[in-house]
Amino acid sequence: MVPAKSLTFLLMDAPYEQTRTATAFRLLDAALRLGFGVRVFAYEGAVSLASTLQKPHANAIHGRSLEEEDHPTPHVWISALVQLAQERGAQFEWVNCGLCVDERGVTEVVSGVRRGSPADFWKMASESDNTLVIPTR
Amino acid sequence: MPSYLLIETRDPFDSSCFIQHCELAAALVRDGGKVTLFLLENGVLGARSTARLPQLEKLNRLGVPVLADEFALRERGISGAEIVDQVKAVPLSTLVDELATGAKALWN
Repeated sequence: MVPAKSLTFLLMDAPYEQTRTATAFRLLDAALRLGFGVRVFAYEGAVSLASTLQKPHANAIHGRSLEEEDHPTPHVWISALVQLAQERGAQFEWVNCGLCVDERGVTEVVSGVRRGSPADFWKMASESDNTLVIPTR
Repeated sequence: MPSYLLIETRDPFDSSCFIQHCELAAALVRDGGKVTLFLLENGVLGARSTARLPQLEKLNRLGVPVLADEFALRERGISGAEIVDQVKAVPLSTLVDELATGAKALWN
């Protein structure tokens, strides 16, 4: 059996700031659905994507309740990707840069996310079929 | 032959980077590379026929496929009839497939 191809993605943007984050999640989802193994290295502000301290909120300005607003939280998206990978038997790895985590105090993260270092990114990129760096500006 | 996947996310009327990316694509082709340009996010604004970007025509003449994310087009209210012939609307999974070919990817 030929092992599935794998792709590595490096993310840098913090949650709730850039369209790039939503695009990145769309790419991760598409890659898993196409059967690729997916590896993510979260650098700088992107380590906060996995924070379980994110909370959805109501929208008082528009008069919407918490349920009606259905405010997205990126850590839930990561959990959904972890689950999707499990259902499909695909590789999914998410590593947060340790120094970036310490700087930002992102100590509580969703299951399936681990702490690492830029050396992990090098290893991921070396072992993958390709790597896409989605840089911040 | 080296292959490249250039991903352009910027509005061509907001940043000169779009044009520079097109120039980079042309230069890579002239150097013997195989290039695909993928328009994402605000980059798809350059795909409108009313944008009248000669750079896309030039890339077309050089044989560079120019692809645009269907979702980004829909999100911006751009219909298939509004985009130039040189640009093909595709799902984002196409970008993943392009990555899987091993092409050197550059996100702008």
